[in-house]
Amino acid sequence: MFDFIVSKYNYWISIVLMMIGLYGMIAKKNLVKKIIGMNIFQVSVFLFYISMGKIKGGTAPIYWEKAVIYDNPIPHVLILTAIVVSISTTAVALAIIILIYKKFGTIEEDKILELMEKENRR
Amino acid sequence: MIVYIVLIPLLSSLLTPILGLINRKTGFFVTLINAILTFTIIIYSTRKVYIYGPERYFFGGFEPPYGIEYVLDGLNSVIILIIAFIYLLSVLYSKKSLEKEIEQKRISLFYCIMNLYFTGILGIAITGDIFNLYVFIEIASLSAYTLIAMGLKRESLMASYNYLIIGTIGATFVLIGIGYIFMATGSLNMADLKLRLPSLYHSKMVRTGFTFLTLGLMLKLALFPLHIWLPNAYTYSPSTISALLAGTGTKVSAYALIRILYSVFTIDFDVNIIPFSKIFIFLSLIAIVMGSLLALAQKNLKKMLAYSSIGQIGYITLGISLANESALQGSIIHIFNHSLMKTALFFIAGGFFYKQGIENIQDLKGIARKMPLTMSLFIIAGLSLVGVPFTAGFISKWYIVIGAVESKYYIVIPVILLSSILSLVYIWRVLEISYFGESNGNEHKEELPVPLFFPAMISSVLCIFFGIYTELPVELSKRAIEILWGY
Repeated sequence: MFDFIVSKYNYWISIVLMMIGLYGMIAKKNLVKKIIGMNIFQVSVFLFYISMGKIKGGTAPIYWEKAVIYDNPIPHVLILTAIVVSISTTAVALAIIILIYKKFGTIEEDKILELMEKENRR
Repeated sequence: MIVYIVLIPLLSSLLTPILGLINRKTGFFVTLINAILTFTIIIYSTRKVYIYGPERYFFGGFEPPYGIEYVLDGLNSVIILIIAFIYLLSVLYSKKSLEKEIEQKRISLFYCIMNLYFTGILGIAITGDIFNLYVFIEIASLSAYTLIAMGLKRESLMASYNYLIIGTIGATFVLIGIGYIFMATGSLNMADLKLRLPSLYHSKMVRTGFTFLTLGLMLKLALFPLHIWLPNAYTYSPSTISALLAGTGTKVSAYALIRILYSVFTIDFDVNIIPFSKIFIFLSLIAIVMGSLLALAQKNLKKMLAYSSIGQIGYITLGISLANESALQGSIIHIFNHSLMKTALFFIAGGFFYKQGIENIQDLKGIARKMPLTMSLFIIAGLSLVGVPFTAGFISKWYIVIGAVESKYYIVIPVILLSSILSLVYIWRVLEISYFGESNGNEHKEELPVPLFFPAMISSVLCIFFGIYTELPVELSKRAIEILWGY
């Protein structure tokens, strides 16, 4: 049992981070904290990809005479793309939050909803 | 040739803000030229696909399964045809309509993002590589968030933010799913995956990957319990964008779902190994009824149309999950038809806002006496939404019902009838208020200006046209089925 947990250590951490991230995205009321949750969620997926590229006894995928097996570099490359996507998502989200703060004067979700409801009733 | 389908929108998206520095008005013309050029190329290459068979393009000359490839075959040529057509109409509509709906200094940036969105959805439709699919999903979604946030109301910012949170969860789920499938097979090319996967169908990795992929796409598709982002996003964005998103955004995710279900996995896996069909038939039925019911309860015209969209998405997923030829054909025809009619309805709703500043259904009193022609277009598109015979909506519902009977899911028939009646009720509510409501003040006629009227007219007249001359959508969807069933 202990062996099972230790040998799959990366994947367990990835699952834990994923759950923390999802919880943050759903339960937090502050808009910026939601974005932090989103980043943790995405990073957990990156970790998952990087772990899958590791091959037992493999070396870094750079040409070397003594190397027998190389790690799989494709997941690394894919994750470079996904990191770029994640950064752009964060940038767009933060830009929207700045605009929200300018127009509503707050970034607490419940207060914004209150303000919107007041406007609708009028 | 087919690489230009994605390249031209991307280049024009880069060109728009640069030319926008010189003159703000150039944005519209660049976008219009882009839309016309892309549409022409798509018609040309679709015709070529029909005569010579699927066309492929390898990036950098690397052959699949090692390189990324673009494929144009019978299935996605239907989708990009309708996407490019809706985009062309939206661009024509946008010039006049945007005058009142976004800040004028941002107009060239708006067109830049709109072209980027076009790149994204075309890319989703045309790519043959599953990771490339994820990248294009993110390009399309990121530009959609920005476009929604461009609305002048402050609610549009919150709508955009909520869409961003939910959309990112969906896209990341797709990424996890791709990771699992890559882990099991070591390949990312769709055609290659189809060959490698069948021997691995009993592996838990593949099943988990499948679940994450479908769940992520369902979030993007706004199937009923996952639909929360859609109504506000459609309501508070500029009307051009509401029409564009309603006509293309969810449709392209539906296409991606069809691709994953039938072209990467096989029908045997969807029906027998994983009970995908059984679960999603009932979810779709709930979506059909709840979408129509919630549409009844709305006060805002655009919000009502958005909720009706959720119901109509239910039809599309119903056809997909019934997993037989007629139902899938109906589903593809419904993607085609629903794009046309929802775009027409959103165009007209935007027109009411442009001309009279009306957003709520209650304020439409007597508007049919002021704008009789515009209202008649609303009737045509509305009846098509209900599914009256001799309109486009009828054909697709007919095929889906036939498919349900073939698969012996008889419960589908009363649900579709119920939902048709409900949609008749909510369309009728608008018609009653606009024709019989007492208006206050003057009633002299003032129709929509031509740039707003023309796109709405084209799309609603096509609703009738494809209801009577059904050859084109039926023939196109038959080709698509041939690709999926592999003969």
